[in-house]
Amino acid sequence: MTETFYDVMRRQGITRRSFLKFCSLTAAAMGLSPSYAGTIAKAMETKPRIPVLWLHGLECTCCSESFIRSAHPLAKDVILSMISLDYDDTIMAAAGHEAEAIVAETIEKYDGKFILACEGNPGLDEEKTGGMSCIIAGKPYTEQLRHAAKHAMAIISWGSCASWGCVQAAKPNPTGATPIHKVPDLGNAPIIKVPGCPPIAEVMTAVITYILTFERLPSLDRQGRPKMFYSQRIHDKCYRRPHFDAGQFVEKWDDEAARKGYCLYKMGCKGPTTYNACSTIRWNGGLSFPIQAGHPCIGCSEDGFWDKGSFYDRLSGIHQFGIESNADDVGIGAAAVIGGAIAAHTAVSALKRTQQKGDQES
Amino acid sequence: MTTMATKPHSEPSVYVYEAPLRLWHWMNALAIVVLCISGYFIGSPLPTMPGEASDHYLMGYIRFAHFAAAYIFAIGFLGRIYWAIVGNEHARQIFLPPILSSEFWDGVLHEAKWYLFLAKEPRKYTGHNPMAVIFMHLMMVWGTVFMILTGFALYGEGTGYDSWQYTMFSSWIIPLFGQSQDVHTFHHLVMWVIIVFAIMHIYVAIREDIMSRQSLISTMISGWRMFKDGRDVDDLH
Repeated sequence: MTETFYDVMRRQGITRRSFLKFCSLTAAAMGLSPSYAGTIAKAMETKPRIPVLWLHGLECTCCSESFIRSAHPLAKDVILSMISLDYDDTIMAAAGHEAEAIVAETIEKYDGKFILACEGNPGLDEEKTGGMSCIIAGKPYTEQLRHAAKHAMAIISWGSCASWGCVQAAKPNPTGATPIHKVPDLGNAPIIKVPGCPPIAEVMTAVITYILTFERLPSLDRQGRPKMFYSQRIHDKCYRRPHFDAGQFVEKWDDEAARKGYCLYKMGCKGPTTYNACSTIRWNGGLSFPIQAGHPCIGCSEDGFWDKGSFYDRLSGIHQFGIESNADDVGIGAAAVIGGAIAAHTAVSALKRTQQKGDQES
Repeated sequence: MTTMATKPHSEPSVYVYEAPLRLWHWMNALAIVVLCISGYFIGSPLPTMPGEASDHYLMGYIRFAHFAAAYIFAIGFLGRIYWAIVGNEHARQIFLPPILSSEFWDGVLHEAKWYLFLAKEPRKYTGHNPMAVIFMHLMMVWGTVFMILTGFALYGEGTGYDSWQYTMFSSWIIPLFGQSQDVHTFHHLVMWVIIVFAIMHIYVAIREDIMSRQSLISTMISGWRMFKDGRDVDDLH
């Protein structure tokens, strides 16, 4: 008989009470009605575990770090036992040929039935890398990725690297780092993006739980992100939003407003342009999130957030017009030039006019 | 030109701009002023307010002014399109620049020469001069369309997923630009393009009212175009 999630959890010493708590928390996080806690529990008890291949490309492992620090007290155990992480080079015990054999075995045994979790992305610039970047077991990561992707049921792009490209794809992107959905020749498995640098642990576990419970992917927005966690901006649910509406802003890092916890908009907060669940689910067991800690949101779950100028400027830098300029600098500059030109034009017009009149009168 | 004043002559007038069009012009101008000022303060807010958050709603009011003016701007533009269809030929002029006509481009060239002080005398037009048609078309048609699309896309982010603003605008415009911050930046840049246009527009209207062969400013108030000489007009139509 195949092992279920519940079996594994019980084997790891998790009580039924804790298990049910996890189910109801997850249902709440996914925005489902309380009755779904039972549905999730049933799925966990009866359905075989979903094998997951967790491949690492160009990345910093912050997604894995986040994943193993889920909020629920037992989540660490729950998560790790929840999915059968058949291969994750950061946390698996196996090494060398044995480890690589697991990849081949999983792909063969669960053909079309496993989830491919991608953390990081491949560098595709053949010219600069010679096609030999990010070597895993003697082969470029790109090859491993393509092979696994063609046999996967679904691909999860963990984090901003896999979803958008993140820091290694920031300008000038020397290795041609390419997000998973833009890698050519990947087969037809659907791709779910779970962006963030890293994504929130509860979001990561909830996505997998949803797939297991309902045997389908969560509903995605136009950009491929699960709607339940990425349909609102940080700004929409920010607890400092009343200060924004009132016009109360932190002007300097150590001013009175900063101590009072006013809105960080003027300090470059990207909350108004960032789709994520930080202001609702928060981090580290719902303890806090960047804005609560007094730091503006840097927009880490948005496409190309490294390339939008300083994290501490509200208006994006526009480098085509010179270092450190923004829309206002460009606009005021253009308006000043036009103003000057108009003043000069008026002067010449007046002069010409007087001349003409003089000609006619004489 | 001044010699004209010494001789009695007839000054024919033509009714050019009908009432709805004039009303649109001034409402649009007012909306743009409100949009630019409130928009600027959304990007760069005023100094922080003292006291309790519940005592103030400054950003809320600024944003309300922006959104209210934006609706007037957008609905006004739809009304303007309607009037271009049912109004007189002058109401259509800025929507359909005759870019295939060589006579039109000759007019543009002449107007450029007039502004560079190379032509002695401007041509005489019942409607807009050809250079004006190009500018009005780019700014008041495409500039307006751009601001309405990007503006509603940003507005839809606030009204949320299930709103028609989100479905019709945000859902495809935000990914088209990359992300929300990029849409903000372009929306902001085009504001400055429109401000630069407005400065030029006001200067040119005053200058032409004084120096050209027809009335400009009073025409947008009364609708009547007055001419300063009795010679034929150079309009294409």
